[in-house]
Amino acid sequence: MRTAAVPAVVLLAALAAVPLQADARSDAKKQVEFGIAVAQRGLWREAIYRWERAAQIDPSYAPAHNNLAIAYEHEGDLAKARTAYERALELEPNNALIKQNYELFREINDRTTRQSAQ
Amino acid sequence: MIARPVRALSSLVAVLLAAACTNSFEIPIETPIRPKMDVAAFQRVLVAGFIAGGTEDVDGNLETTRLLRSQLRTKSQLRVIDSDVLPLVDVASEGRDSGGAATTPPPIKEEKDLEAYEHVFANVEYWKKIGEEYQQPLIVTGTVMFTPLQRNSIVQREQEVYDSFGRRRVVPVRTYMERKGFSLDGRFIFIDGRSGATLHSESFGEQILYNANQTTPALSSYFELMDRLIPTFLSTLSSQKIKGTRILLQ
Repeated sequence: MRTAAVPAVVLLAALAAVPLQADARSDAKKQVEFGIAVAQRGLWREAIYRWERAAQIDPSYAPAHNNLAIAYEHEGDLAKARTAYERALELEPNNALIKQNYELFREINDRTTRQSAQ
Repeated sequence: MIARPVRALSSLVAVLLAAACTNSFEIPIETPIRPKMDVAAFQRVLVAGFIAGGTEDVDGNLETTRLLRSQLRTKSQLRVIDSDVLPLVDVASEGRDSGGAATTPPPIKEEKDLEAYEHVFANVEYWKKIGEEYQQPLIVTGTVMFTPLQRNSIVQREQEVYDSFGRRRVVPVRTYMERKGFSLDGRFIFIDGRSGATLHSESFGEQILYNANQTTPALSSYFELMDRLIPTFLSTLSSQKIKGTRILLQ
């Protein structure tokens, strides 16, 4: 009786987690959308705040990390940008747009690293 | 041979497809690159001169000094000091002569010939004296080797062909060609005019090759190569912004 209850509890917990996850994703999406709107107006600090919130709410949401990476790049924080791009690619390794952003970032980052190593 | 364009095209198609399937927004960004050196302590800069060698067609010392001064005048906050270009080869030779007899410094034809003169950059007393003379500026000096190059290599060029119907096509053809050009190598050295000590040094190297039948004056090749080096040189002293676009995702 007791052993039969265990899978049932696990199943219930999993079913309960699905809407929670969906809520997290939809909340993160809202933050990302707002971040895009303010970034397009040049308010990058506010955009960073929004995308950081989105990444906190749903850490598996790749667009939040991709957008954060772009914002860090714009702010000149190349170390943080690299980490964020790598996280985005970890989550969506086949996303051509993230890959393209990362390639462009690496071009700049490699150039500056090469220069300071000289 | 066609693998590269095909790869480029397929990645472009992948990006376009991805863009079509997701909500994405292109956004312009400007990535600030911090200067490698903190020059806040200096108001003035003295491009003193260079130990130059290689071809005799271009005076590497004079041309490099002139070019860097004009670039710094327009693209940095520092005031550029106008002065005679220092004959560093003579200065280095004087320091080395112990007998007092005047000798002509040996010509600098190759990179290894520079070694005999490089001790001048470590002469703290000399640079301190120059610094005092010009109110303790940031001093820019170094070495410049501008040498002719000759290479025989396989290059890809485009060739017109006509098929049996008389239709014209352009196809890439790989041919073995003799090529001539120049290389520009050396080092920018930044010295503190207050102490005479070296603050930063940066090596550079660029090459340019032309078809052997093309006649390009040495001086225009020199400026073409310097054009490539100038951004790196300027980014040592002042912050730069690199413009680009990225894709925001939703």
